[in-house]
Amino acid sequence: MNRSSDEGHSPGRFSVGDRLPAVVRTPTTRDLVKYAAASGDLYEIHYDDRSAREAGLPGVIVHGLLKAAWLADLVGSWAGPDAFVRELETSYRGIDQPGHPYAMGGIVRGLSGDQHAPCVMVELWGESARGQRTTTGSAVVELTASPLPPEH
Amino acid sequence: MTGLSLAEAQRFGNEQVGVLGAPATLSVEASAIRRFAEAIRDPNPVYVDAEYARQTRWGGIIAPPTFLCCLRPPVGTADLNFGSVRLNGGNAFTSHRPVRPGDVITAHAWLTGVEAKQGRTGDLLVVQSETRYVNQDGYLVATGRATGIRR
Repeated sequence: MNRSSDEGHSPGRFSVGDRLPAVVRTPTTRDLVKYAAASGDLYEIHYDDRSAREAGLPGVIVHGLLKAAWLADLVGSWAGPDAFVRELETSYRGIDQPGHPYAMGGIVRGLSGDQHAPCVMVELWGESARGQRTTTGSAVVELTASPLPPEH
Repeated sequence: MTGLSLAEAQRFGNEQVGVLGAPATLSVEASAIRRFAEAIRDPNPVYVDAEYARQTRWGGIIAPPTFLCCLRPPVGTADLNFGSVRLNGGNAFTSHRPVRPGDVITAHAWLTGVEAKQGRTGDLLVVQSETRYVNQDGYLVATGRATGIRR
């Protein structure tokens, strides 16, 4: 599709290959406890060191869904307040632990949709301090300010 | 402690594929959205500031994209009792409309596939499931897919 329009929230302001601003987060165990309480996921491997070690882990690990939420924030902050994250896919290929930096990034891989619902497809990732890509993922973000479907 | 053997778990899983579990319901409160947004440290004011949110495309507060993971209905009708450790292998959300305070969301979950594998650390089971989230007006608000690893 060929579109040069730059107005409003058309994907005209984005191009394939654009990089999202990188964000690094270093979670604390307290962050994991807060997330456990807010999400209702009380599995002990995320805040109790002994349970984590009994499960064969080196210590407590960051919830996969917390990393997904951070990546959704990364893409949402970049796309702007009218954007809607239609699809968010994350695959957890390695563990991340509190006290260690988790570096996130993304790149625009495609543009789709029409003028009423322009969409950007973004590849996302998160890396451990050792440079291992512990999360890979993607998102489809609708950029339009077109009216939402009726609620009633 | 480990319950079923790998072969039994595979058989059990195959039988449970497509069987909808009991529904779970969540009445979405603004305070829960705020607590979630704070826990993920997402600074977007549309999740917490009603005044700001009113002037956005959304016309009011909405929930962050992964908020519905707070609602975890049972997957299928019987627990797949394999292994002592559960790890999250991946998630995918498709959002159809935003979740708002006051919504009453009902979710059903089911297995979509079970695969027995020999991992580095022994037997493991890869469990795929889906969850469907419907609001009080009967609209599908989101679907979720999850890959769980049990060992």
